[in-house]
Amino acid sequence: MPIFVDKKTKVMVQGATGHQGQFHIGEMLQFGTQVVAGVTPGKGGETVHDVPVFNNAKDAVTETEANTTLILVPARFAKDAVFEALDAGIKTVVVITENIPFHDAMEFVHYAKYNDAVLVGPNCPGIASPGSKAKVGILPSGIFLKGHVGVASRSGTLTYEIVNSLSERDIGQSTCVGLGGDPIIGTSFIEALDAFEKDKETKAVVLVGEIGGTAEEDAADYITKQISKPVFAFIAGRTAPPGKRMGHAGAIITRGKGTAASKIEAFKKADVKLARFPTEIADLVEKYG
Amino acid sequence: MKLFEYQGKQLFEKYGISVPKGRMIEKEDDLSDFVFPCILKAQVLIGGRGKAGGIKSVDTMKDAKEKLSQILCMSIKGFPVKKVLVEEKVGIKKELYLSITLDRSRRMPLLMMSGEGGMDIESVSDDLIFKEWIHPFIGIQPFHVKNILSKLKLSKDEEKELGQVISKIYKLFRNYDCELVEINPLIISNEGKIIALDSKVIIDDDALYRHSDIIVENEELTSLEKEAKEKGIAFIQLEGNIGVIANGAGLTMATLDALTHYKGKAGVFLDLGGTDDPEKVKQAFQLMKKAKPKVILLNLFGGITKCDTVAKGVSAVISSEGINCPIITRIKGCNEGIAKDILKDAGLFTAESLQDAAKKSSEIAGR
Repeated sequence: MPIFVDKKTKVMVQGATGHQGQFHIGEMLQFGTQVVAGVTPGKGGETVHDVPVFNNAKDAVTETEANTTLILVPARFAKDAVFEALDAGIKTVVVITENIPFHDAMEFVHYAKYNDAVLVGPNCPGIASPGSKAKVGILPSGIFLKGHVGVASRSGTLTYEIVNSLSERDIGQSTCVGLGGDPIIGTSFIEALDAFEKDKETKAVVLVGEIGGTAEEDAADYITKQISKPVFAFIAGRTAPPGKRMGHAGAIITRGKGTAASKIEAFKKADVKLARFPTEIADLVEKYG
Repeated sequence: MKLFEYQGKQLFEKYGISVPKGRMIEKEDDLSDFVFPCILKAQVLIGGRGKAGGIKSVDTMKDAKEKLSQILCMSIKGFPVKKVLVEEKVGIKKELYLSITLDRSRRMPLLMMSGEGGMDIESVSDDLIFKEWIHPFIGIQPFHVKNILSKLKLSKDEEKELGQVISKIYKLFRNYDCELVEINPLIISNEGKIIALDSKVIIDDDALYRHSDIIVENEELTSLEKEAKEKGIAFIQLEGNIGVIANGAGLTMATLDALTHYKGKAGVFLDLGGTDDPEKVKQAFQLMKKAKPKVILLNLFGGITKCDTVAKGVSAVISSEGINCPIITRIKGCNEGIAKDILKDAGLFTAESLQDAAKKSSEIAGR
């Protein structure tokens, strides 16, 4: 069994009728994912690629037994959408929306925890488990290959790049999870590592990190104590100048903590193999995996 | 967004936290009604203004005028001083440090307090900084405040007033979507009053839409960065001479890292994001052209966005805009073959890997 999304995943899409919603419902269906419902207030009764649309999350869950939601609604409505899904009984929440105020994210991340739900994101590309033909998110379908490497990443396109280079070398993946680049995220490296460690299908783990925050340092500590599978990593932003914002809030270097140097040091201590270039991950996995 | 000291202090006043009597001045003759001695404080969004001479104590009107005109001509680390805050001088009995920031690992606000105020908090040893994590579901509670106060050895009256300040700061942090609220120093005056002598407030950019009372001033940005921001393009100017265009922050950073590996230096960091909209691609290249790089490195991974769509956009911009420096491209992903042909036809160098592209760009930039 892969992690977070698998054959039993039944997806509801909140923000189903917009341009993004329609496109990605099509993409997910094509990947083989069970997309069972859409939710857009006022659009109940419509369909998107033959998937029924409901006015609210509760109706969608009652009618279709959806257990996972994909949040594509605009930032200012995201908190409400997540709360609504959790109250409807959803146990896996994937938040794609970017630019959500982090105080909102802080509230819904804790509410998900209170409801024993897994929340991935916000500002993430989603999750794909190629062996189960399950994809919940906006990741490009063509890059994946069924296999035994688990990938967890704080970056979007960089993940695609790395996954693509793995697949080109015939190194398949169990699950790829985009954790998101925001200051507050529901699932961090630690939760992902923990899930991959327990997953029988996963034999090795690839982490894609970024400067900013201490997620990599925390992960390194956890790997030393709890993880027996080999771990490989790439860290972006090793040469970013201090204090400059690089695209999103996760990538800020402040107070000397969260620098690439401290992350590399921490990973080395935890016996994690580090790549200098994104595509070098595939070389390392081939050699040591 | 970072607020100026005076903006932060306006928020403090709104929440009932005392600040020294003062007001903003932009011209020398604004001083007329002031009582001496007082303090002149340059308003810039960069640290280290005290050391740079941006904070001055003055005793007479003559003295004040002289120093004010000095400060108003100053530029601190490249930022010209446009405004000065004039404040009464307050007698200090004790200096404290107080801040609330976000602890990303625990995903909740972290309250920090120290009796060692007035200095750089990073130089204060950890056992002298007292911490309380505040779960957003319960907010600040009396026990948090008590835990902090018990470590500071203050009088009963001081404890009571400081306790109120701590609660108010937490409310400000939550209500205004702050990344950071810091008061250093927070002082106990000779009269026993708790007063915020400085303010450092950063508000989450993504939440500014719900705080229409905050005046947005992007003082830290260069003029090109401002132009880019208006167009919704992530664009950062750096020290070097290579213009980097990539899609996604992580991939852009990885490109910079690869350049550094080959001793190249990026001068611009442009993140196209998930777009393949020809108009956005065009705007990106127009901005890049204005930054006058010696060479442009375009590094794209096509996932949902198709490589050939972006390549067509690039080729159209080059023929219409006439980009007058070499462009090295590296393109990978969905429809990369078609994209490479289009770029080759447009006369661009298409590298096989990021390493090749970074090496080639660094060589050209180093000539």
